[in-house]
Amino acid sequence: MSSAEIILFWLFAALTCGGAISVCVSQNVVRMAFSLVLTLGSTAVLFLLLGADFVGATQLLVYVGGTLVLIVFGVMLTATGPFTRIKSSAADGILSGLIGVIFLFIVASTVTSVRWMDTDKEQGVASKVAFGTHAKAVEGGFNPAQQGNTTRQLGLSFLSLRPDRDLNLSIPSASRKVPNTAPVVPGSPVMEMPEASASEPKLSAGYLLPFEIVSVHLLVVLVGAAYLARTKRRTKS
Amino acid sequence: MDTLLAANSLAEYLHTNGVPFFGQLDESTAMIVAAVVHVALVGAWFGLPAGLFIWAERKVSARIQDRLGPTRCGGKFGWLQSLADGIKLIQKEDLVPKDADGLMFRLAPYIVVVASFVGYIALPFSDGWAAMTLDVGLFLTLAVLSLEVLGVILAGYSSGSKWALFGAMREGAQMVSYEIPMAICALCPIITAGTLNLNEVALLQSGGAWNWNVLHPFNFFAFFVYFTCATASCKRAPFDLAEAESELVAGFLTEYSGFRWSLFFLAEYASMFLVSGLAVVLFLGGWDDGLGIITAIKTAFPDGLGNFIANVIGLKVFLIKSSVLVCVQIWVRWTLPRLRIDQVMTTCLKYLIPISCFLFAGTVAYPLVLAKMSGQTSIIGAPAGERLVQPGVIREIKRVKSTGITPAAVKVSAASPEGGQP
Repeated sequence: MSSAEIILFWLFAALTCGGAISVCVSQNVVRMAFSLVLTLGSTAVLFLLLGADFVGATQLLVYVGGTLVLIVFGVMLTATGPFTRIKSSAADGILSGLIGVIFLFIVASTVTSVRWMDTDKEQGVASKVAFGTHAKAVEGGFNPAQQGNTTRQLGLSFLSLRPDRDLNLSIPSASRKVPNTAPVVPGSPVMEMPEASASEPKLSAGYLLPFEIVSVHLLVVLVGAAYLARTKRRTKS
Repeated sequence: MDTLLAANSLAEYLHTNGVPFFGQLDESTAMIVAAVVHVALVGAWFGLPAGLFIWAERKVSARIQDRLGPTRCGGKFGWLQSLADGIKLIQKEDLVPKDADGLMFRLAPYIVVVASFVGYIALPFSDGWAAMTLDVGLFLTLAVLSLEVLGVILAGYSSGSKWALFGAMREGAQMVSYEIPMAICALCPIITAGTLNLNEVALLQSGGAWNWNVLHPFNFFAFFVYFTCATASCKRAPFDLAEAESELVAGFLTEYSGFRWSLFFLAEYASMFLVSGLAVVLFLGGWDDGLGIITAIKTAFPDGLGNFIANVIGLKVFLIKSSVLVCVQIWVRWTLPRLRIDQVMTTCLKYLIPISCFLFAGTVAYPLVLAKMSGQTSIIGAPAGERLVQPGVIREIKRVKSTGITPAAVKVSAASPEGGQP
């Protein structure tokens, strides 16, 4: 990462945290919603800075464009007066503080259990998960010119073709010196990469089935929501 | 893939080749300089069309209503009317109503402006001429465009006025609903092209008008549905319920004045141009001139000045096509009566969404059916096991890979035996 990227990272990390804190501190519901925009939007920018532009765009579309608009709608529809204020009692504060501390502990223990040095530069995860021509580009760590080249791989995985496994694309040999202790996201090729062999590669099912199952779940939720909305109207009339 | 990464490589070029008098720039300086150049260029395209189209809107509406429109300011045709408007608006007092939530009221216009400005970063103006050629270009653009509604809702809510609140509620409901058919229709050409990268979508249509997506039987209808939804998402008539002056004064804009009011209008005209540009890239061939002239120049001069000139011509073609679409939006505004709010929602939820879903399914099935009919391998009716990629294909891919291959080419060679593209 160049120094400009580091500055940008700290800027948006500060915005994320500042927004999150102001959600807790503010008492005005709409201002809270705006602080959430700041937090979620900055998180998306952090994803983009890390080169995960698909995740970043999804974050924007799902959370900022979708969920948050829904929240603001809910606030506007349920508010009894203009500029609703929320005053929480001391007990609420203590309880939520406790829950917050527990979550902080979980997150902190997860973060500290990771050997972050391994994710840096030549021995990095970036060069391990990369494949094909992409691997050459990221051999020396993250390369901004190749940023966000993740969409095709994701799309192919949904189409039952795992480029990392099925195509048996080799990992650059330089990165194999390190034993496989680097923390990686479950499902990433480092953990599951079969030994490269000349024999026929095994075919994996990809993510098509899980994706379809999730879609059907969403459909069920939609039908349920429509059903609930309808029955309510009928009983009123 | 060099041309596709051209826009990303400005920082790299500055870093490796340096600039006259300054020598090589270090990595972060090069990145900042490249960012400033891109933002300035995109900012120019963000601001200029707004000024131009506000003038066009005045002239076109005047013609339609049998008037002359602006005639004094800057010569016979009133060229400088938008500039005069701008100076007038900046001079006005920046009012914040007593009942308003001051901070939110002041911030809301900026959210709208930022949302439509960021939408421009993935839009290719010519081959490789985009601020960022992202693999998720269309997805990011649609995601960013969906943020505009937040600014509108905040503006309406924080104004502390009933008109503004009603306007914002209508606008929010409308924009959230119309996003769905718009996105589905924008996905139809994406399926035809097989990539979300806007630059590649346009590149695949180059070479002549017969390659344009709009001539695809399902994309043809998708284009009109997309354009209707895009008009609605820009809050243009006949969908401008949020600003219906006969019932809501000026909707969510009621309490705004001066500079902040003009920011909303800047964003509106900029996003009109943005959605039109997207329509051109997705359906109308992008920077392709329709006769294959630009492609011919590019083939004759693969790089250097000839290629640059071809790109400049392409830029002009793109701007002309987008401007024509913006002009259509302007005609529609001044010739069609405004719909009622229930009609607006009915049009979207009962007609446009089912139509767009049908078109989406049709676009998916079309190449498969075509392949089946022409006797090629198609997955229609085939057992599930055959739908997986054949091992032989993988061996082929590995062979090609050893000679050097891009991920895109992997995809093409992997997809074709599945009967993707006839």
